[in-house]
Amino acid sequence: MSALVTTFAAVVALVGATVHPGDGPALEGATVIVEGDRVTAVGVGLSPPAGATVVDVKGKVITPGLIDAWTGLGAAEVWGVAETVDLDAGGADPVRAAFRVVDALNPRSPTLAIQRAHGVTAVVSAPGGGLIAGQAAAFDLTGRVLRPSVAMAARFGGGEGTSRGEALLRLREVLDDARTYAAKKRDFEGARLRRLAASRLDLEALQPVLRGELPLAITVHRAADIEALLRFAAEQDVRLVIIGGTEAWLVADALAAARVPVVLDPVANLPGDFDRVHARDDAAAKLAAAGVPLALSTFGLHNVRKLRQWAGNAVRAGLPPADALRAVTAGPAAIAGLTDRGRVAPGQIADLVVWSGDPFELSSRAEQVWIAGERTPDGHRQRALFERYRHVPPPY
Amino acid sequence: MRIAWLLALALAGCGSTQTQTPKGRTAVPLEPPVALEPGAFVPTALDPPTVLIKNATLLTADPARPRVERGWLRLRDGRIEAIGEGDAPAPGEGEQVFDADGGFVTPGLIDTHSHLGVYPQPGVWAHADGNEMTRPVTAGVRAEEAFWPQDPGIQRAVAGGVTTIQVLPGSGNLIGGRGVVLKLHPRRSARAMRFPGAKDGLKMACGENPKRVYGKGKGQMPMSRMGSLFLMREQWVAARRYARDWAEWEKNPTKKEDGEDVPVTPPKRDLTLETLAAALAGDVLVHIHCYRADEMLLQLKLAEEFGFAVRSFHHAVEAYKIRDVLAAKGVAVSTWADWWGFKVEAYDGIEQNLALITEQGGRGVLHTDSPEGIQRMNQEAAKAYYAGLQSGVKVTEAQALAWITTEPAWALGIADQTGSIEVGKMADVVLWDRHPFSVYATARKVFIDGVLRHDADAPVAPWSDFEVGQ
Repeated sequence: MSALVTTFAAVVALVGATVHPGDGPALEGATVIVEGDRVTAVGVGLSPPAGATVVDVKGKVITPGLIDAWTGLGAAEVWGVAETVDLDAGGADPVRAAFRVVDALNPRSPTLAIQRAHGVTAVVSAPGGGLIAGQAAAFDLTGRVLRPSVAMAARFGGGEGTSRGEALLRLREVLDDARTYAAKKRDFEGARLRRLAASRLDLEALQPVLRGELPLAITVHRAADIEALLRFAAEQDVRLVIIGGTEAWLVADALAAARVPVVLDPVANLPGDFDRVHARDDAAAKLAAAGVPLALSTFGLHNVRKLRQWAGNAVRAGLPPADALRAVTAGPAAIAGLTDRGRVAPGQIADLVVWSGDPFELSSRAEQVWIAGERTPDGHRQRALFERYRHVPPPY
Repeated sequence: MRIAWLLALALAGCGSTQTQTPKGRTAVPLEPPVALEPGAFVPTALDPPTVLIKNATLLTADPARPRVERGWLRLRDGRIEAIGEGDAPAPGEGEQVFDADGGFVTPGLIDTHSHLGVYPQPGVWAHADGNEMTRPVTAGVRAEEAFWPQDPGIQRAVAGGVTTIQVLPGSGNLIGGRGVVLKLHPRRSARAMRFPGAKDGLKMACGENPKRVYGKGKGQMPMSRMGSLFLMREQWVAARRYARDWAEWEKNPTKKEDGEDVPVTPPKRDLTLETLAAALAGDVLVHIHCYRADEMLLQLKLAEEFGFAVRSFHHAVEAYKIRDVLAAKGVAVSTWADWWGFKVEAYDGIEQNLALITEQGGRGVLHTDSPEGIQRMNQEAAKAYYAGLQSGVKVTEAQALAWITTEPAWALGIADQTGSIEVGKMADVVLWDRHPFSVYATARKVFIDGVLRHDADAPVAPWSDFEVGQ
């Protein structure tokens, strides 16, 4: 990763923009004051402190940096090159709870800066494969790990050769055995326990899930399956996050009542399989209207940068713009436990984007991307290729 | 227009499977003539109303008159009858009037690369009919004969303003088969959706896919790019000979024997070579899936060697590296706005690809290859446009609109029929609620051949039987 453009003034004042704080009304002609890596003040008519570096952003729009709550970024580079894909622990055992994506991250991958240039400042990178895939990690797009473990990833739904009922049975067995393991660790170590349904490392890794510290983030689409998981989560007393959730809108009230968040691809309106027969354009709007905590996601890797376009499409399909902005900032931050990110407010980490206009509009551009109080460089590998081939034949 | 020698064959057969019997001699049985050629297709009769659209900004994609600020247009008998500026004329008897209320009108959008119908929704194995990956050359298979007209993706594409698509076989094979150009009317068969008079496409593929499917997957040729080129060259050699044999037979379908005209047995019909020979003759348009610049150059060399024309490269994420060559040859570049990186041959994709091709004077086409992307062709074109513009590439809004209208129409050989708002062209027209390059723009009305096929203000039951009663 190339070095950050350092702005060594301890205090920076971004002056004159329309600021969308992410959790409240927009402030016109406002000033954002950043000290070190944090925002210390946001308001109209604030005077920059003495010695502050003043950045004139009059006429621009400031939002929190965008956050995609479920990607493959950083732990894979080229899908077609197996050596670069580290999202799947592999192996015959479908339980891989101990596997952590954070251990496979490559913060120097050029894929990061390409997304950052479009205003994405943090992501969750999530594992796949098996029944319990492992632990998802959150990092910012300078490559800094924010939380090594934000969720336990699993999946539930139609498969080949086995019933989804069997999958739920296995999940239940593994969680039960993780409790047994915790209660009788000495017996386990002394080999005085029956054989448990997962390895020692996996049973250990599931303890934060049982304690409610780590949510089970389950990729699931069919409404009936989501209902089954709501019952399961209540029975097991674990926190649940719905990943994908194409048919979640059908059970929006139950999700809202249980305060279970949904991470949704807002443009996934196709009945891609029999778990997604009820896909529709306005699922995001329906979930938000019902009060379901919501994050919009690209579920991507190379084009996480589309996140703002996806948000724009959610608005087009009826999601109020403020809800859409929350669903790509504070919403995903909350799901990932990034409590000091996702808003432009005093005390928050200064992950900010200065846009040339409406952040969701295709004609707008992320002119400045700030992460933890520092402006990140605009350049990236695609930009370098563009420059190299600005004229043909190229200069080599 | 037609496949000359096939027509000759059909005519020689007089619509039957036998030649005329000269002077009482025994007839020479011929194999059946091709009943599927575009010329044999009679479109389903439509009875479009006369439509007047007024108070719209017309983005015509016609270079002579790209933008009409306060315009109107009249659709009659499935064609654009009149275009005007200012106050619309009084509507005639029975004419349907649509007040655009300051919205925008564009031509119907055209996608050169779709797998709608051949990889339909739901994407289950039972429906996956787009790749005949049992041997690397299957030039004779036809996407038309895999197309499921009940694909729920079709109606959603129309809701995005798309009126015409080319459905292609997939890219698992070196020569995957024939693509078909369809108008997106709801119909019970692909045959009934055929774009009248449009030539078929020939889908070819270079690079990673064929060598993965065959070399890596089956341990057979092609294992490498050189194997791919070898096999392609073999096919073109055979196709040239095949075309020559038929041309000779056409010239001399009879011979003198004992002073009488005796029929000469025609060459054996070969469905693979027949399609390739048609491509050599320009009666089937060649579309090549190719990412890397050096591989596109190889294909252009092959085309020169055997005398066929590459109509469009598809995906072509490295087209910007050889845009001087592509522009000089007039080969269309069908590509995405920002896809990259999913495999090594896509690693060097950049957002300015389309804009650079256009700046160079080449033919840029925004294609989707995606049932999701086809619903947002306007947005994808906008992204590619702004990426170019913001990097200082010389590209105009009208040129960017051409990426989804006139240029794909050219790539499919239907530019004289559709792709722009001009008097006499097919009434394929989209009425947007705002500028189509806005992320918030919605296609309010979509007319295909003058028939209102999508009306955002009056939703209809799903076209697809699959979605009924779920």
